Order: sequence, then C-alpha cells, then structure tokens
Amino acid sequence: MNIHEYQGKEIFRKFGVPTPRGIPAFSVDEAVKAANELGGKVWVVKAQIHAGGRGKGGGVKVAKSIDEVRDYAKKLLGMTLVTHQTGPAGKVVKRLYIEEGADIKKELYVAMVVDRVTQRVTLMASSEGGMDIEEVAHKTPEKIHRVAIDPATGLKDQEAEDIARKIGVPEPSVAQARDLLKNFYKVFDEEDCSLAEINPLIVTGDGKVIALDAKLNFDSNALYRHKDVVAYRDLDEEDAAEIEASKFDLTYISLDGNIGCLVNGAGLAMATMDTIKLYGGSPANFLDVGGGATAEKVTEAFKIMLKNPEVKAILVNIFGGIMKCDTIANGVVTAARQVALKVPLVVRLEGTNVDLGKQILKDSGLPIISASNMGDAAEKAVAAAKGK
Amino acid sequence: MSILINKNSKVITQGITGKTGQFHTKMCREYANGKNCFVAGVTPGKGGQDFEGIPIYNTVADAKSATGATVSVIYVPPPYAAAAIDEAVEAGIEFVICITEGIPVRDMIKTRYKMQGKKTLLLGPNCPGLITPDEIKIGIMPGHICRKGRIGVVSRSGTLTYEAVGQLTSLGLGQSSAVGTGGDPVNGLKHIDVLKMFNDDPETDAVIMIGEIGGSDEETAAQWVKSNMKKPVVGFIAGVTAPPGKRMGHAGAIISGGKGTAQEKLSVMEACGIKVTRNPAKMGELLKSVL
Repeated sequence: MNIHEYQGKEIFRKFGVPTPRGIPAFSVDEAVKAANELGGKVWVVKAQIHAGGRGKGGGVKVAKSIDEVRDYAKKLLGMTLVTHQTGPAGKVVKRLYIEEGADIKKELYVAMVVDRVTQRVTLMASSEGGMDIEEVAHKTPEKIHRVAIDPATGLKDQEAEDIARKIGVPEPSVAQARDLLKNFYKVFDEEDCSLAEINPLIVTGDGKVIALDAKLNFDSNALYRHKDVVAYRDLDEEDAAEIEASKFDLTYISLDGNIGCLVNGAGLAMATMDTIKLYGGSPANFLDVGGGATAEKVTEAFKIMLKNPEVKAILVNIFGGIMKCDTIANGVVTAARQVALKVPLVVRLEGTNVDLGKQILKDSGLPIISASNMGDAAEKAVAAAKGK
Repeated sequence: MSILINKNSKVITQGITGKTGQFHTKMCREYANGKNCFVAGVTPGKGGQDFEGIPIYNTVADAKSATGATVSVIYVPPPYAAAAIDEAVEAGIEFVICITEGIPVRDMIKTRYKMQGKKTLLLGPNCPGLITPDEIKIGIMPGHICRKGRIGVVSRSGTLTYEAVGQLTSLGLGQSSAVGTGGDPVNGLKHIDVLKMFNDDPETDAVIMIGEIGGSDEETAAQWVKSNMKKPVVGFIAGVTAPPGKRMGHAGAIISGGKGTAQEKLSVMEACGIKVTRNPAKMGELLKSVL
C-alpha cells in the first residue's frame, strides 16, 4: 500500500525524522490559509499523488507570495499530472501540501528496501539526491552505498555515520544525519514498510539535515497490525477494479489487452497471460482467484472482468490443488448466467475433481468453449477475441 | 531415494485443528504411505485431544519427543506463522514446510535471522509443499496427478508446479520429487538448494526449474548449474507480460527498478546452458527432448 508524501512526513515526525513544516490542503482557500499559518516568505506548493517524478512533471511550485500560493494552488488542483511513473494517462491532483521553503545546500538520497539475497533490510544512500535514482544506479553504480542492517541491533551508530560521510554530509552535521538514519530505519521496521525513500535528503545552509520528501510503501501482509497506516489509504489513487477485487480477496491487476483471464495461483496466472501473448493476443488483466475461492468469489471475479468494455473474450484456466474443479465450474456457470455473458468463454480445467467440473460445464447448456491444455486454451481465446 | 522426504518421514502438523490444517492433513494421510507418516499435530491448548486418531500436543517439542518426528508442516494463520517456524526450529525439527500465505516480511526477516547457524531447513512460506510420488506428500498439491519416476521439479509457484507435473505424467514421465519453494521474497530453500539436492540424488535424471519475475534466485541457480550440474535442466519463467512495479499475486513477484524481469532470467538461464521455453504448455515436451 502507498501513501502520500504529507502522510509519510507525519509518520517521519512521529519517529523523529526531521521534515520541513507543512500543512495539507484540499482546496485553494485551505492552501492560502496553510501558507498564512506557516508564515515566512517562501512556500512550496506540492501536488500529492501516489507517483514519483512530481517535480519534473510540474507538480511542485515555489511561491514567493501568498498570491502566488493561491495561483499555484488553483493551477495544480484538478490538473492531470503526468510523470514517468504515472503512465501517459497521468493522475488528477486532488490534494496539495503547502510547505515552508527550505534553504538547500546539498541534495542527497537515502532509501531502504528488503534485500532478498541477504534477507535483511538494506540502506542505500547516494550523494546524487534529487536525481532519478534508477538512473544513478545504472550509470554510476559506484555512487550508491549500501548497508545490510542487522535485524537484532538495527542500524548501528558507526554504520550510520560512515554512510553519512560517504554521501558527503559535512562533518558538523554527521551526528544529525546519524540520528535521522537510525530513526528512518525505525520507521521502516516498526511500520512494516516494503520500501522507504527520502529523495532528496537535504543539508540546509545552516547545517540542518532534513527529509524534503517522503515515499513510503507498506507490506500489505502486515497492515492488520497498523490501523493508523490503513487510515491513510486514498482510494482515489487506486484502480477501481483492483479495489473492488480486493473486497473479495481476489488479486486483480488491470492491463491493456482484450482477453480477460481468471486463473488460480499467481504463477499460473502470469503464465496464462504470457501464453496469450505467445499466441498473438493480449491479456486484459491478471486475476488470481487464490486457493480458497468459492462460487461467489468466481462470480464477483467475472463481474469485475466484464466491467472492462475492452474485454472481447474470457479465458478461465484452473489447475486445481486446494481448489476443486467442480467449485470453479459451479462458479463459472453461476457467473455466466448472472452477468448474461455476451463474450466467448474458453475454459480449461485440470486437477482435483476435473471430470465433475467438466460435466457441470457441459450440463449447463452454456456455449462454453472447452480447452484441453493451456496452449489450446490460449489459442482458442485469441481466436475468439478476434471474432473467429 | 528422493530428496528431503520419503515414505519413512515422520511429520508433525502445526495448526492441525484449523480448517486448512484439517483438510490437508486428511488428504496427505490418504496419499501413499501418509497414514504412517503423519504422526502428530500441534495446537496450543489442545494437547491430549486427537484429530481423527492423530494425537495433538501443545508444543512441537512435546510432539517431537513423543513421536520422534523430524519434519513439520505449518498451516498456522499468518500473524502466528513465523512464531510457529521459530518453535519448530527451537525444537530441533530437521525440515520445516510452511504453507501459510501472507506472513509479514518483517516477521520472516527475524525468523530467518534466528535460523542462522541452526541445522533446520525451511521450505516456504507461501508454498504448496512437496511430494515424492507413491511415498509421501506434504502440503497442498493434488497427489493424483503425480507418478513415480526420475524427473525432479522445482518451482516458486504452486499451480505451475502442478502444471509441470501434469504435463510430465501425461507424457509418461514420472517424478522423483516435486518441490514448491514459494512466492515470498524472504524464504527458506531456493532453486539453487533444491537443484543441488537433485544433482546428488541417484534417482533423479533431469530437472524442470520454473521461476517467475522478482529477485534473482533463478539467475543464481543458473550460474551454479553452469559449472556444477551433471544432469540436464530445462526451464520456464512466468511473467514476460507482467508490468513493472506491480506485485503479481505473490509478494515476491515484482519487477522493481528494472530488475527481476522474466526476459533477464531467461537470458541468463540460456547463457548457462539451460534450455528454456516461452510456452508453459510445453515444459514437459522440452524436458522429454533433453533426455
């Protein structure tokens, strides 16, 4: 799960990671009020969307008067912001963050991720703040420094200080940077993050070390123990079909093709998409009904897939392990009847109770195209989507 | 012979009184020598009871000392599953299989840290388990699609394991063992570990390795295969069409920062002498072609 920058900074402040002062705003009036409340002479008006690259995309503006704050707020609220992370469709800005201006002397980069090889949280840091870090990693990998953090001790003083020096924090500010990094790890660990990034981390003219941005992603498996984080969820930032699917414990991801896929198991679901592509078609979605799907779940899965007007055919590919083929077959039949299915339906069933499942499909009287294996299923679905 | 488990394995089910634990313990018991293999269950507070004749103990240590079991399988719900692994490790269980999906990554980081220097092997979490056909199955795989034979199967995905096994069986090729390593980013046995075991197993002639996007386990395994494997290996990687930055169902199946793509994995595997197919319906045929 993702949250906004201003929410991330609220969490940062709770853990003692210094940030500039700022106030979120949902309207132009609120933006002006926020700027007045913050005081000072320079404000930054920042569009809040769940995507990086906001600065380059024109979503971050420096205002030198209250009038400018008002103008920028007017301009940004409701605008469609396109960045390299939003895709060409962009995202509509519905929230702003008004922040006091900062006197930036140095821009640095720090992030934390789970490293799968060492099975530890890894701190990554670079002197090249503000830049697209993927580009830095690609072009100048020697500028990225890493520490695999011992889960028993957390980030150690010495490690934090070494990293701070390596990325160019001036000596008088190293102690501050050390404390910030240690608290940053506490955020990651205690809040169950899957990714945390401060880009840029700045050193100000008077030597303060401050997080100028905050990007936090959370491990969705751990949200049950973080009610405060769940409260930050902004459904406007998520795909409607994906939200709907999650209510039924289905994993759905929207794609831009025209063959809807309903599969059990993440690996098989990906493989089904790949096979469709291999036979010249294009998947409209990834949909994993999981191990414990019921007829009701399958029906909901059908409804969600069919809300997409692009879908020209549906491919159901089930290899039953936990899931029984008769359960799936019942779900498919119920769903096809409930939604008055108008697009061709190709079904491939295999595994536990397969014969029972096939019989249920056959007895339904529905025009279901049966497939004998995955390749056959993909070929038939691709042909059906082309109207053949 | 086979890898990791055989008909003489003695298995404890942790979380035996839950719905999933009950269902699959029953299925595993009905498979091959399962009746003699599944000797104990553990559910705290229910010690002294039994599940269809299988005695239940309060702790893994109790179950182990009473039955001599060396293997445990875990169906405990996600918030408590990592602690269940810890308990099995502390009790000195040799091989732990964790089926549970949805364990927080932080819990697994701490559990793996505590496992350092311990002799316990872990399979999973978020995995289907493993099977040695006609001897024993531990986990949630459908037993009836398997046949005894000489092909090893290792995969991160459960349903793709079944897919490969099903294809092999229909081509008349049985399996020595089929192992699902699971879809989580922080886990126990990886492709390389299982390949090493298949390499050393005199009853395995060739291996299908199935991977998916995310991480670099497949690349690491491929490099090892190149200089060490004495048997043919064929492969498939799921997720050529997966968009970057999206978790494709499995917590570990994500392309991040341009890393962990299916294309990259396929290229490395090919460069290391592993024959790969882009068509998952052809995994069995490809394996047959290298025998």
